[in-house]
Amino acid sequence: MPRKPDLLPGTLDLLILKTLTRAPLHGYGIAQSIKQFSEDVLTVEEGSLYPALQRLLLRGWVKAAWKRTETNRRARYYTLTIAGRKQLGIELSQFEQMIAAIGHVLQKA
Amino acid sequence: MDLLFRFFRRLWLLVRREQFSAELADEMAFHREQAEQRFLDQGMSSKDAHYAALREFGNSTRLAEQSHEMVGFGFETALQDVRYSVRQLRKNPGFAFIAVLILALGIGASTAIFSAVNPILFKSLPYPRARDLMMVWEVRKNESPRYVAFGSFHGLAERSHSFEAMAVMKPWQPTMISEDQPERFEGQRVSAGYFRALAVAPLLGRDFEAAEDRFHGPNVVILSDRLWRRRFAADKFIAGKQVTLDDSLYVVIGVMPSSFENVLAPAAELWAPLQYNEALPADGREWGHHLRMVGRIRPGVSSGQAASELSVILHTLAQMYAKGYESSGGAPDGMIVNSLQSDLTQGVKPALLAILGAVIMVLLIACVNVTNLLLSRGVTRHAEFAMRAALGAAPNRIIRQLLIESLLLAAIGGAFGMLVAEGGVRALVVLSPPELPRIGAIRMDGIVFAFAFGITTLVGLIVGLIPARHASRSDLRSGLQQSSRQTATGQQLVRRTLVVSEVALALVLLVSAGLLLRSLERLFAIDPGFDASHVLSMQVQESGHRFDTDAARQQFFTQVLEAVRQVPGVTAAAFTSQLPLSGDFESYGVQFEALPNENFEPGFRYAVSPGYFETMHIPLRRGRLLDERDRAGAPVAVLLSESFVKRKFQDQDPIGKRIHSGPDAGHADRPWGTIVGVVGDVKQTSLGVSEPDAFYTSTSQWSWVDNAQSLVVRTRGEAASLAPAIRAAIWAVDKNVPVVRVATLDNLLASSEAERRFALVLFGAFALVGLVLAASGIYGVLSGSVTERTREIGVRAALGASRSNILGLVLRQGMHLTGLGVAVGLIGAVAASQTLITLLFGVSRLDPTTYFGVIALVIAVSVIACGVPAWRAAGVDPSITLRAE
Repeated sequence: MPRKPDLLPGTLDLLILKTLTRAPLHGYGIAQSIKQFSEDVLTVEEGSLYPALQRLLLRGWVKAAWKRTETNRRARYYTLTIAGRKQLGIELSQFEQMIAAIGHVLQKA
Repeated sequence: MDLLFRFFRRLWLLVRREQFSAELADEMAFHREQAEQRFLDQGMSSKDAHYAALREFGNSTRLAEQSHEMVGFGFETALQDVRYSVRQLRKNPGFAFIAVLILALGIGASTAIFSAVNPILFKSLPYPRARDLMMVWEVRKNESPRYVAFGSFHGLAERSHSFEAMAVMKPWQPTMISEDQPERFEGQRVSAGYFRALAVAPLLGRDFEAAEDRFHGPNVVILSDRLWRRRFAADKFIAGKQVTLDDSLYVVIGVMPSSFENVLAPAAELWAPLQYNEALPADGREWGHHLRMVGRIRPGVSSGQAASELSVILHTLAQMYAKGYESSGGAPDGMIVNSLQSDLTQGVKPALLAILGAVIMVLLIACVNVTNLLLSRGVTRHAEFAMRAALGAAPNRIIRQLLIESLLLAAIGGAFGMLVAEGGVRALVVLSPPELPRIGAIRMDGIVFAFAFGITTLVGLIVGLIPARHASRSDLRSGLQQSSRQTATGQQLVRRTLVVSEVALALVLLVSAGLLLRSLERLFAIDPGFDASHVLSMQVQESGHRFDTDAARQQFFTQVLEAVRQVPGVTAAAFTSQLPLSGDFESYGVQFEALPNENFEPGFRYAVSPGYFETMHIPLRRGRLLDERDRAGAPVAVLLSESFVKRKFQDQDPIGKRIHSGPDAGHADRPWGTIVGVVGDVKQTSLGVSEPDAFYTSTSQWSWVDNAQSLVVRTRGEAASLAPAIRAAIWAVDKNVPVVRVATLDNLLASSEAERRFALVLFGAFALVGLVLAASGIYGVLSGSVTERTREIGVRAALGASRSNILGLVLRQGMHLTGLGVAVGLIGAVAASQTLITLLFGVSRLDPTTYFGVIALVIAVSVIACGVPAWRAAGVDPSITLRAE
């Protein structure tokens, strides 16, 4: 089985935060969204997702609340906080800087 | 702010940990359901979808753990590990007990030794700017340093600029009479600036004033805190009150604080001014070299600079006071200045450092032993680690687990080690040789506990490291299979190396102990010159003005002797001015009439009552002993020691030759003493020191009657048991004289080598512990190896190997380890013996008897240690072993 490309280190938080800008989501929803938007290229391992969510909660960048799903099942929904939105901005600009830098290297070197 | 927020959230999650876990589990279950639903939608059967979802999700326990770690505190998982470790140890109480015992001994012994060595060698003395305190000695060419004369001190203190303060001191032993018994105190006569030089001051009252330290000055005394509490009920208004010492009234002017430690005379409990004559009469005691001198050097002045300044001043003094110095054998050539700390400790330093080295070896052996125990337990726990790894434990977690286990062991061992150390410190103080300085400072204090904590942690890490590395390196999957020979072989190699090092360390300790033992044997084989068995000795000191005349003293001591001779069980009794091997040291110059051009020779002076030689069994070589004829007024009779006579007269007959001794030496107008006999040599200062020159006169014919004399009593039965009866006989003559230093000569003889004995006892104990640990190490490794090789041994037996073949196989393996250990240990022992050299006497540090004896002992012990596993191996039944596979 060919290995799927790994996430760039440090980008998981960014992806989660970005996913949550559209609407509050539960863990499974976050994983599925990332998979869909990346057209099945990026898979978020559950092993990293839940610890990452705890980390974001701890930092106060997301909030969590138990809600009913459309199928009337209890699930924990994560919402972006104001601090989280600010953090997303920081991480986005850092990410873009890095991509640009990598691009420069790839072009010129 | 951010950190604080996170901290509180963690705390919140900690107290609601149950809910957190439940919610997490819920959330994950939901995730799996969703995934399962997706697979169902894709057309899988419900069973397949369920398993696909489970597979995709992965190890849920591990996932939950990771989330827990994310929000938990670092110590929480450590706490889990500790709890787990405690369970592990409780499951295996035998192992835990042995490991804790070994560690407690190792940590306890090192802590106890450290607590003794630290204040003596490393800590600075308990005075402000203690490093500036110096001892000052007079020196003459090619002689060891000697005490300072008051004349020298007086002149130096007046002229020197190198010192802020200088002081001199000498022992003082006044007697105080209370209702029940006369008590003799240890004290000091000091020059007025003594306490100021040490930079200490009385807590109550005041220090001495310069005006009090003059000839015929007032009787004033400063008390120690201890004496003040013991004899004066801690009277806050004691300053100004009078006490009677030696029949004279003294005014108490101060009390020293309890924190004051008088390192220069630890036993001293009271101080009075020296009160020597500053006019420095040429024939007075002001010129006797009998004062110890201490000084506080000015900051920035080196001891070398100070010494050369003092030496220059001394040359001036030597010219100014030529007559004074002449009266005591001539002026010194110079002065030397030594730091007080090194002056106090240089005598015991080699012994202490050797003992410190020895205890470190014991600790090392203990560590090696426990490491081995942990390794062998690691083998049996292999499956457990493999299981944990298979269930998702990270390798780091297992290493941490093992380190925590060993730290826990070390911590428990350290805790019990503190009990061992507490007992050890007490034993050390009891066993310690009298010359050990600062004995009062030996205790378990903060620094000692910090040291113990430090080595406990270190030991925990050291003993855990190798087993942890092994557990993490070994292939965990293979552990699940029944046998895993490869990893076991790797372990065996490490364990054997450890055992070899254990044997080597034990050998070093044994050789050191052996060399010390042989030294003591040699020393005690030396003839002291008298027969110590069945002799009791005690010092009797007259005290008070009724004994001011020599005649009154002489009468008192004669009466005491008569009374003591009446005591049942006493066969002989006599008085002497100094007692061999008791610490007394008094020598005077002797001038020989027949050798007019020679310098006066110093010899030990014994003023004895007739009967002394008969009591001590000192043999007469020539002429006659002293008897009742040799009384005051009669021609002075002198006995000389054998070697003294031989050196001075070679083969000539000394009987009838004449001498001047002590204060008479050099005075042509004084009557000559006649040599009437020659007696055997006696060891005065120590068994190992050969200083046989001595002269004896009758007490009544010496220039004065000593006010403190040692009574020696030969008894029919056990000497010590007569002490109360003899004391009663003395007090029947005068109930106000103190009787001190009661001891049998056997005891004096034994304690004269206290320092070597002290080192021997410790080395012996350490060596024994080392040997037992090394033997148990060999035993452990061999029995482990036999267990692992059971199958191989079974095959060998099945193929026709006899019992003795197999016995030999295992024994060879054990002896191989022992042999390697002995070889390495020999190199170590040769190196280590170098540090012992000052403690050895009469044996070479390479003494072959000791080395061969120790090697034989180590081999014998390891044969026994190998024997049990070898016997078990020989008993292996091939049919059972092979079937078991």
